[in-house]
Amino acid sequence: MARRRLINRLAAWTIAAVAFSAIAAVALIFLFVVREAVPLFNSAEVREEVTPAQMVMPQAWKEGAEPSFSWQPASKVPKYSLAPLVAGTFKVTIVALLFAVPLAVFAALFSAEFASSRLREIVKPAIELLAGIPSVVLGFFALMVLATFFQDTFGFHFRLNAIVAGAGLGLTIIPVVYTVSEDALTAVPRAYREASLALGASRARTAWSIVLPAASPGIFAAVVLGFGRAMGETMIVLMASGNAAILSADPTVSVRTIPATIAAEMGEVVVGGAHWSVLFFLGSLLFLVTLSFNGLGGWYVARLRRKIGGTA
Amino acid sequence: MRFSAHQRANAAFAGLTGSAALVILLALAVILGDVAVNGFPRFSWEFVSQSPSEGMTAGGIFPAIFGTVLLVLLMTVAVIPVGVITAIYLFEYARQESLFARAVRSAVYNLAGVPSIVFGLFGVGFFIQFVGGNIDRFFYDGRVLWGQPAILWASLTLAVLTLPVVIVTTEEALRTVPREHREAALALGSTKFEAIFKIVLPQALPGILTGAILAVARGAGETAPILFTGAAYFLPHLPTRAYDQFMHLGYHVYVLATQSPDIEATKPILYGTVLVLLLVTVILNFLAITLRSRLRRKFA
Repeated sequence: MARRRLINRLAAWTIAAVAFSAIAAVALIFLFVVREAVPLFNSAEVREEVTPAQMVMPQAWKEGAEPSFSWQPASKVPKYSLAPLVAGTFKVTIVALLFAVPLAVFAALFSAEFASSRLREIVKPAIELLAGIPSVVLGFFALMVLATFFQDTFGFHFRLNAIVAGAGLGLTIIPVVYTVSEDALTAVPRAYREASLALGASRARTAWSIVLPAASPGIFAAVVLGFGRAMGETMIVLMASGNAAILSADPTVSVRTIPATIAAEMGEVVVGGAHWSVLFFLGSLLFLVTLSFNGLGGWYVARLRRKIGGTA
Repeated sequence: MRFSAHQRANAAFAGLTGSAALVILLALAVILGDVAVNGFPRFSWEFVSQSPSEGMTAGGIFPAIFGTVLLVLLMTVAVIPVGVITAIYLFEYARQESLFARAVRSAVYNLAGVPSIVFGLFGVGFFIQFVGGNIDRFFYDGRVLWGQPAILWASLTLAVLTLPVVIVTTEEALRTVPREHREAALALGSTKFEAIFKIVLPQALPGILTGAILAVARGAGETAPILFTGAAYFLPHLPTRAYDQFMHLGYHVYVLATQSPDIEATKPILYGTVLVLLLVTVILNFLAITLRSRLRRKFA
């Protein structure tokens, strides 16, 4: 008996210790990604090649030249302006949201308000399946099929550009936006719908003017989560964006994002060098930004879930 | 009169939202269809059982399949025990309002949101540079053996990435086991540990299996974290030691699609590789989705 109780006690401790691994994982990721970026701030050798100020402010790269933002880490005078990469990341992400959010929210509205249960049984698993397609396959599809189709249709000057990458990226965030939006729509109390219908509004009017506004915090959370997901996605933009670090608002020119830059350049850098540190700095930036977007979205979703729990 | 105006509005709105759903389904169908139509002509026993030859324009992709399977196997061995035990802690042991339990929960949630490329950086900074580098310093006099990209480091990186998948599905599986079963076991004099491992866990097994399948499907498809933690484009030998590099289906697709000097010559192989990768992940996902919906129906 004493032995069984001892085992029981030991097991409880071991299990709690193993559960700590999740916390350790997040802490280690943060620690070891940031650690490699630190030389940017304290290593004389690295700072000789690049300083944080040079990464942020426009630089005159030649005597008397106009100051500009430029990302050319492999040139004779390495240039590390982050502006083209940050702007590129936002540009592609916004294009992806413009593709994905209307489609996903309308599809969620369809599932929640109009679809028969049998139709819903087709739409939901299909979208789950879309979520299961590896991003490298979606990148491949954007590169081989979408890019050609878009160029033939719209006659883009650059075959690979922010619109092609954004469309491919949209495919990965549709499942997230759809799932969270659908949760939010079904969480709207049935009494709202019944009241609206009883007052003589059509089902369409009810869906648009009552259910959608009532679910808007949840849909906002869906968009925020989609934003975070799109920003961190690597393979699709790496394959379909053209990867040229051009600072421009035009979505039809090639673009280079932060994740794609890390993926493309990490394999060729000197361990511990300036370029290495800058890439880890970009990784830390990405980590913190996506973490805050996910935190914001998750906070909304958790609040939503509590509300559902309260009314059910 | 008013009735028909309503009907028209309803039909128009249902049509509008329905067509959004249709566009998504259509996109899915076009992707799967394009890969199937262009990939199946290439698909053969030789293709999945032979090595590439003639500069990747002929032969098969066996080493990439082998590497992916081995990678995912190592990952599963690492992630399942940790994920399942963490879930057991969260559902069976933790006081839900305790600070530690809330911290673990929030860590799991945040881990799921970390971009996959950051996992790649973590793999380089932690596993290769720190763990591998120190092993080399202490045991091999600084000869570089473990401090470089390797299948072990890539699989451990993926294990960290898929940890939230296993934890969340296992917790869901534990939730389906009726509380009375735990109480009955405890009332008969078993310890908490015995009740959980002899009574609860066997019943939760199908749900845990679902989690394992989902993790494998996710791990098999992820490419960004292994780009610089161990994948190689071409290797003459299969990986046999933990510090060997490996070939990988997703990495193969990436390199063939973006760095081939003659895209027309490699296109059939490229489509064939995508088809194999897609078949693996879609079948695994489909399996998990059906298993899960069956479980939900059984316990709902």
